[in-house]
Amino acid sequence: MRLPSGGLIDRSHPIRFSYDGHSYQGVQGDTLASALIANGLKTVARSFKYHRPRGIMTAGSEEPNALVTLGHGAGQEPNLRATTLELYEGLAARSQNCWPSVNFDLLALNDLAAPFFGAGFYYKTFMWPRAFWEMLYEPAIRRAAGLGALSGLPDEDRYERAFAHCDLLVIGAGPAGLMAALEAARAGADVILADEDSRMGGRLNADLTEVDGRPGPDWAADVAADLAQMDNVRCMSRTTVTGAYDHGTFSAVERVAMHLPHPGDAPREAFWRIVAKRAVLATGALERPVAFQNNDRPGIMMAGAVRSYLNRYAVAPGRSVAVFGNNDSAHATARALIDHGIHVAALIDSRPGVQTDLDVPLYHGQVCGSEGRKGLEAISIATASGIEKVQADCLAVSGGWNPSLHLTCHMNGRPQWDESTAAFHPRPGMVPGLEPVGAANGVFTTADALAQGRKAAQAALTDLGLKPANIPLPKAEDGAYDITPLWSVPGRGRAWLDFQNDVTVKDVKLAAQESYRSVEHMKRYTTQGMAPDQGKNSNMGALAVLADATGRSIPETGTTTYRAPYTPTTLGAIAAGARGKGFAPERFTTSHAASEEAPMVEAGLWYRPSYFPKPGESYWRESCDREVGYVRNAVGICDVSTLGKIDIQGQDAGEFLDFVYTNMFSTLKVGRTRYGLMLREDGHVMDDGTTARLGEHHYLMTTTTAAAGQVMRHLAFVHQCLRPALDVQFISVTEQWAQFAVAGPKSRELLNSLLDHDITGETFSFMGCGDVSLGGVSARLFRISFSGEHAYEIAVPARYGESLFRLLRARAETLGGGAYGMEALNVLRIEKGFITHSEIHGRVTAFDVGLQGMMSKKKDFVGKTASERPGLMDPDRERLVGLKPTGPVKQLTAGAHLFNLGEDAVRQNDQGYITSVGFSPTLGHFLGLGFLRNGPDRIGEEIRMVDHVRGIETTAEVCHPVFFDPQGGRARD
Amino acid sequence: MIELLAKTPCDGLLPRTIGTVTLTEISFEAITSVAPLTGQEDAVSGTLKAQMGAAFPKPGRTTGKAHARAVWSGLGQALVLGPALQPIPGAAMTDQTDAWACVALEGDGARDVLARLTPLDLRPSVFRQGHAARTELAHMSAVLMRTGESRYGIMAFRSMAKTLVHDVTEAMTSVAARTRL
Amino acid sequence: MRIDCPLCGPRDRREFTYQGDALALDRPDPEAGFGVWNDYLHNRDNPAGPTRELWYHDSGCTAWLVVTRDTVTHEVHRVELARDVKEAGK
Repeated sequence: MRLPSGGLIDRSHPIRFSYDGHSYQGVQGDTLASALIANGLKTVARSFKYHRPRGIMTAGSEEPNALVTLGHGAGQEPNLRATTLELYEGLAARSQNCWPSVNFDLLALNDLAAPFFGAGFYYKTFMWPRAFWEMLYEPAIRRAAGLGALSGLPDEDRYERAFAHCDLLVIGAGPAGLMAALEAARAGADVILADEDSRMGGRLNADLTEVDGRPGPDWAADVAADLAQMDNVRCMSRTTVTGAYDHGTFSAVERVAMHLPHPGDAPREAFWRIVAKRAVLATGALERPVAFQNNDRPGIMMAGAVRSYLNRYAVAPGRSVAVFGNNDSAHATARALIDHGIHVAALIDSRPGVQTDLDVPLYHGQVCGSEGRKGLEAISIATASGIEKVQADCLAVSGGWNPSLHLTCHMNGRPQWDESTAAFHPRPGMVPGLEPVGAANGVFTTADALAQGRKAAQAALTDLGLKPANIPLPKAEDGAYDITPLWSVPGRGRAWLDFQNDVTVKDVKLAAQESYRSVEHMKRYTTQGMAPDQGKNSNMGALAVLADATGRSIPETGTTTYRAPYTPTTLGAIAAGARGKGFAPERFTTSHAASEEAPMVEAGLWYRPSYFPKPGESYWRESCDREVGYVRNAVGICDVSTLGKIDIQGQDAGEFLDFVYTNMFSTLKVGRTRYGLMLREDGHVMDDGTTARLGEHHYLMTTTTAAAGQVMRHLAFVHQCLRPALDVQFISVTEQWAQFAVAGPKSRELLNSLLDHDITGETFSFMGCGDVSLGGVSARLFRISFSGEHAYEIAVPARYGESLFRLLRARAETLGGGAYGMEALNVLRIEKGFITHSEIHGRVTAFDVGLQGMMSKKKDFVGKTASERPGLMDPDRERLVGLKPTGPVKQLTAGAHLFNLGEDAVRQNDQGYITSVGFSPTLGHFLGLGFLRNGPDRIGEEIRMVDHVRGIETTAEVCHPVFFDPQGGRARD
Repeated sequence: MIELLAKTPCDGLLPRTIGTVTLTEISFEAITSVAPLTGQEDAVSGTLKAQMGAAFPKPGRTTGKAHARAVWSGLGQALVLGPALQPIPGAAMTDQTDAWACVALEGDGARDVLARLTPLDLRPSVFRQGHAARTELAHMSAVLMRTGESRYGIMAFRSMAKTLVHDVTEAMTSVAARTRL
Repeated sequence: MRIDCPLCGPRDRREFTYQGDALALDRPDPEAGFGVWNDYLHNRDNPAGPTRELWYHDSGCTAWLVVTRDTVTHEVHRVELARDVKEAGK
């Protein structure tokens, strides 16, 4: 019911919205919850387990009941709290967890079976038979119990990630937070003020408390406006600081465009990482309920929430309202109701002897029950003289206030119990640099909040070497907070503690009785506090009931662990900036645009062509076989720019290379290239590649594509951490050069058609290198081969890469060749027994790949000592061999395992495995490389190959790994 | 004789203006890495100053001016953006002209765009004009420079030019849409 | 988490890669014996309290850093260039 006047709303801006398909009207400034109340709706949800009707209970992000779903299809978002959803034109919300409707839910039958569904029910009932859990029980339970559903479709909304830095982060913009922000801002500090509400002011907007002789909301709005126009302040409304992390890092979620009907390109939410030198926690406090029989009936809400709805939204949650509490919050609510002309049916105070000057019926006692068919109709009050029944359609409850200290506990801090406020308070220094103030710190008067806010800001300013501004402290109310703890009212029937997960007092007592006495065990046994609200309303009550049931005090019982995020956070927000193309950078070679027909394969972040299909080719193998033929018979062109290239200079460059490679490089002649093998310090192979000596103190190392980053980091480690005295500098030049393999018998002929000056076998002999030019552009030429053919690699500055690739390819085609991709490259190198990271996968030694001869005996090098351990030189290790199929199945598969003929294909009999395979068009059959126990001594033996995953089995002959041109003449001549 | 055609890293992708922010590609005559060898720091700085008018930059700084700038690019290393350099005795030097996609991000809100891409503290009082940083930018290793009140230079690997333009323009779109709210 | 790089200033954790205990700086003599090498390569304490760790500033200046850090409080006590630590150790 909308009140005729008042509220921080704009009545001149009506807003149409729908709820469960029915159309309603609210106004600008409403939340969905306040608009539903304005339209007289009481039951807005069904509970998690028992499907009991539930109503709006709070006016904030702690709401346990009023969860709704917005949107359809990919845009569907469940479990949104109606209390924080700002109303916008056309908003369409749906209730959840009910069928066919929220008012008539068939699954409410669960409620009748409630005696069977107590704490530990799942554990006890569905234990046996075990296989039934996944097949039967879990799906059935998940259908019956639960909250809203996801669409299962990819989320197409925009999300954003962002970083911010400040001197002081103020979390919460109530009186304490505003004061802290203003003090720091006036002193010139960089300030971020974040508040989860759309409107700054905190409880001032709900209670209309006077500050500086003015209505609180006016004061707050003025301070917020002041701050907003200062250059050194960033005001972030609709922003929940969700977590506190090391060294002043905080996470925050900003709801950027969720409140707008047409967001355009604006993100729905932004995930912020805020780094602050100091922080002030001014998050206020959350009011807690009291457990009594049927305290979950729609119409029963928190006393502070009732004041929010009356004062801020100008809606009345009832016509005849009863108020029940153990502290002064109940009295404040009664007063607000009277101020707005609403009938107060009863004021029930559990504290003995407390009086009121309000003209309301005052009861000293406790509410012990509720009645009503579709919402609250009457309450029962237990007083000294017996039980009285009072008619009311709304009951406002206050069990006291819990400081919102969650963030102080995110780094493992534990709060301390405060007897006078019957609440946990933060201890000093729980999060370094974070100072809790105001209600979050357990002080509940506005005057104290303002003073603490200013003081904390001043302390932070002094720490940061800034002079406090010492802004004047406004006057505000300074009443004492008086509370007598009351957690649950004795009585029969179910009294609810955790509304979101349907946990009752009885459940907690049962847990204690069944020896789940630790608060962490009770939590898991009953699921109390495990719902999306993380027990914001229920943890204290459940803890107190557990303490009572186990005969301990509350501080002895302790709290469960508070973890980030403070409020439920969408995965869309968390993943912002890392979806789709944002997941990882894509690296493209310069020839990419000239390789349009080629399917790409990812190699690390690089995209490389798999093969270049020609019209009429229907299967990749056709293209691959053709491309292998180019290299073996004519000339093939392949972009090899992705290989890491590291330029190494300095008078100790040779010594440095001798230390990182197993073989010698200081002895390499200028203008020559050598293959090198690099080990990790534990003696296993790290990487291989060729290194060229360009000058006396100048080398160019190449690494494999996959290991380029790792090798760079390794070289940095070796230089900085092991041998800093070496005079050497190195830098990646991978990106500077576009480099192409020109491979095949006609490679020199092709190059000489392009180079400004011809090369010969003398000027560029095998493993030679040097400068050349083509079209006036200087280039580097290396006579190296990864195919076993007469081959070169030519490198030009990357700007010319695409142009050179097009030229090379066109010329190759005129010579009966063309471009080749990764598939052909792989076949060519397998034919030659050349290893890649398929073989040097991190668990193999130089000995295993047959390169023990490359380990120099004359010098120390990284990995030398460890590689000499007996276990790494054992002939019985799995060592590199070639394989070719011999049985009726003429196929080998990578990943298949090897077994002796006649032995079972089980782990105990494992003899090795296959790492690389390819069909060799040159030799007309499949080839494989793999590792076989004592392999080199078993050449000629027949072995059994079993691929358990693909279900393929064959026999294979163990071969020398070099299948083609074992003398290597083709590359040299 | 054949002719090789040159392409810049961001060929066909830039310039782009979204809202008040513009992203343009910058081409330098040359980019040269300069890394002084042991004990040669002062000598190399002196020669560099004689050649291009700017000393070897301190960590996190640039020296010189547009089209003749030296930017600190990591441990013991700087990139000289502008004129091609003669060999400097005592320095390891490499040609990096084609290795980097260089772009300028300029306009009101340029800082907000960058704040969506890098964890670096970009506050004007912290990252001042003439400052430079090696940092992470949308999962890429980048060189970032503040070259004006609302102008930044960004360098990323050439092979990542497409991702650089994509991620920066995504952030530009977001920032522009926010200002319209 | 933030690490105050001696060259770059305070930076977000995502710019760094963790390597392991800083005893990796103390590479034994090749002839020190398998026991010494085994300790160097494989054996690490797992202390609750101060540790000296190697971090690599890979998205930054590419310096290797020795970070002295408390695994209980997460406080970072000191960050030094590994190069300087190694040279000082000689």
